[in-house]
Amino acid sequence: MIIDDLVEIAERERASQKKYLVRCCMAAGCMSSNSKGVKEGLEKAVKEAGLAEEVEVRGVGCMRLCCQGPLVQIDSKAESEGATVRLETRGQGPLYLKVKPEDAPSLIGSIKGGPTSVGRGDPNHPFFTGQKPIVLANSGYVNPERIECYIAAEGYQGLHDVLREMTPKEVIDTMIKSGLRGRGGAGYPTGLKWATVAKTANPQKYVICNADEGDPGAFMDRSVLESDPHSVLEGMAVAAYAVGANQGFIYVRAEYPLAISRLQTAIRQAKQYGLLGSGVFESPFNFNIDLRIGAGAFVCGEETALMASVEGKRGAPRPRPPFPAESGLWNCPTLINNVETFANVPPIIRKGADWFASIGTEKSKGTKVFALAGKITNTGLIEVPMGTPLRHIVETMGGGAPDGGKIKAVQTGGPSGGCIPAEALDTPVDYDSLNKLGSIMGSGGMIVMDEGTRMVDVARFFMEFCMDESCGKCVPCRAGTVQMHHLLDKILQRKATARDLAKLEELCDMVRHDSLCGLGQTAPNPVLSTLRFFRKEYADLLVEDTFGPNAREVKQADKLPAGLT
Amino acid sequence: MIATLSNKRRSRLPGILEHASGDKRFKILEAHMKKHQFKQDALIEVLHKAQELFGYLEDDLLLFVAHKLKLPASRVYGVATFYHFFTLKPHGLHTCIVCMGTACYVKGADKVLAAVEANAKIKAGETTPDKQLSLLTARCIGACGIAPAVVYDGVVTPRQTPESALEHLKGWLGDDHR
Repeated sequence: MIIDDLVEIAERERASQKKYLVRCCMAAGCMSSNSKGVKEGLEKAVKEAGLAEEVEVRGVGCMRLCCQGPLVQIDSKAESEGATVRLETRGQGPLYLKVKPEDAPSLIGSIKGGPTSVGRGDPNHPFFTGQKPIVLANSGYVNPERIECYIAAEGYQGLHDVLREMTPKEVIDTMIKSGLRGRGGAGYPTGLKWATVAKTANPQKYVICNADEGDPGAFMDRSVLESDPHSVLEGMAVAAYAVGANQGFIYVRAEYPLAISRLQTAIRQAKQYGLLGSGVFESPFNFNIDLRIGAGAFVCGEETALMASVEGKRGAPRPRPPFPAESGLWNCPTLINNVETFANVPPIIRKGADWFASIGTEKSKGTKVFALAGKITNTGLIEVPMGTPLRHIVETMGGGAPDGGKIKAVQTGGPSGGCIPAEALDTPVDYDSLNKLGSIMGSGGMIVMDEGTRMVDVARFFMEFCMDESCGKCVPCRAGTVQMHHLLDKILQRKATARDLAKLEELCDMVRHDSLCGLGQTAPNPVLSTLRFFRKEYADLLVEDTFGPNAREVKQADKLPAGLT
Repeated sequence: MIATLSNKRRSRLPGILEHASGDKRFKILEAHMKKHQFKQDALIEVLHKAQELFGYLEDDLLLFVAHKLKLPASRVYGVATFYHFFTLKPHGLHTCIVCMGTACYVKGADKVLAAVEANAKIKAGETTPDKQLSLLTARCIGACGIAPAVVYDGVVTPRQTPESALEHLKGWLGDDHR
């Protein structure tokens, strides 16, 4: 594969573009609502209508509005013949919601002006127009199972430019300049991480993509892997070139079978075209990617635990330092980044660091993908520039709580994050503002809660999660989470007193500061943040202290007759 | 349990290997290990395959894997018990996985689970005595857009309510559960 071949593939793919493009969402959310049947129905209808020459039915990745799936959108080529469907015009065609296989003939008929009774969505709704797709630019447009489709969308050109025209140092400088920060949650500057790994002298280095998206309520990484797997592969290859690695691993959850199969397809196709393997783009650069399937352990999202799991061991974390950048997988320097971080790399290389740095806020550059779910009208996937106010996301784009309910809080960061109360909805979404509120950006799960949600119950839910998922290596986390869960349970059963609440707070502090890894250190966050903003709900559940030293004093003074004292 | 496995290992192993030679599934498993060049770091992949073939990981199977990968039995057992995905007990004929992710939870997955538990008279993680149904919970299946989701025999089903879940399970549960 040389650049001419790549350009040729892209041009051939663009030239084969038919006049009408019927896009049918084939991501896991819509698949479970039978979008496969819809796609087959559409293909059959096209054949029966004799429109095979004009209409292409394409299975694409996530089309964002998951709650209304299966989604189908029909785009037509720009009026001037020969022009391809351009970025600016695509996505404006009629959008159909909750399509059933039997609707297919009428949808295809509608291309030629026929009537259809299928519910229409508005592509100009803020939910769509408020988005700024970088990571998800291809999602919903590119067929994730065909590499040619990704190449036609300028895919792998960035990798070619990097290999042919840039030194590893220049690549790292570009990343530093872009200001990209790790999208896994902690927000460590990606360029610095790459530079640290690149500096080490060890000849054997590894690149790992962390696709162990364990946060309940988060499905961004799954959608990226299902919708645009090649962008992750390309990002990993660029990273490997920059740091000097020749072997990569993608650690993906076993709960995501569709993502696994699409990744396998993508890796196979990239190898066939010589875009992975030995001599990428006929340069001396070799890079292989292997898949590692997780087995359902939340703690494996922690980088040292993840590496233990890749080595085939129990996923228990180890103390840092040494950091993985110096001594990671099999004691070799290892670069670990999140799916979304890698997916950001090809656009940055293609469009330049300055372009990326112009988006977002001063300290948080670029965009962030969020999985909007819970008690909200428009559930689905959104990608917004950093610094977008939370209110804009949940009220304007998300449409607020359904059935006239009122939003009470927004939970970000999963079991490691916290609840942001409705009063603080004007907070801009970036790493630092969320930290100030006692929550974290996290990987991007955003769960909206309405008035019917009890915050203490939510805190217990997350604590139960952390208790189950604690690996058991260090005592503060293993024993602390159990005790905290017990106390929360006691509060919910209306058996706890103010002293129990004080004990809970003390425990939170202890677990937070003494645990070995991120799981334990952040486990108290949901409790602390709900205590901070919804303390009254805890207080309302407490009962009066009926025994213990303090209680006795009060009681004796109250009850004993005056003559006896 | 770990001690029992390793103590009896020597005496049990010949029997296991003899049994394995007659079972086609062990051959497939061994071919899979060969594909990974019997590398010890492929343990999790091998266990995935083993569970796929046998449905669950019994002691003999773990010993077989340990022997072939030249790993201590304790290590194999340790890994098999650490990860939620692996099960050491056989599942029922049908499985029902209720997603208990945050999005599903705030939309009432707990009520769905409670209804199924009450109806099938088992707790989450258990199998009915007649081996018809295994009820499991998942941490998050990433289908938050269609919460609450339940997976019936591998098919993700959106927007479940206690009623729709019970309706789905009707055919799977014996008459004594009605």
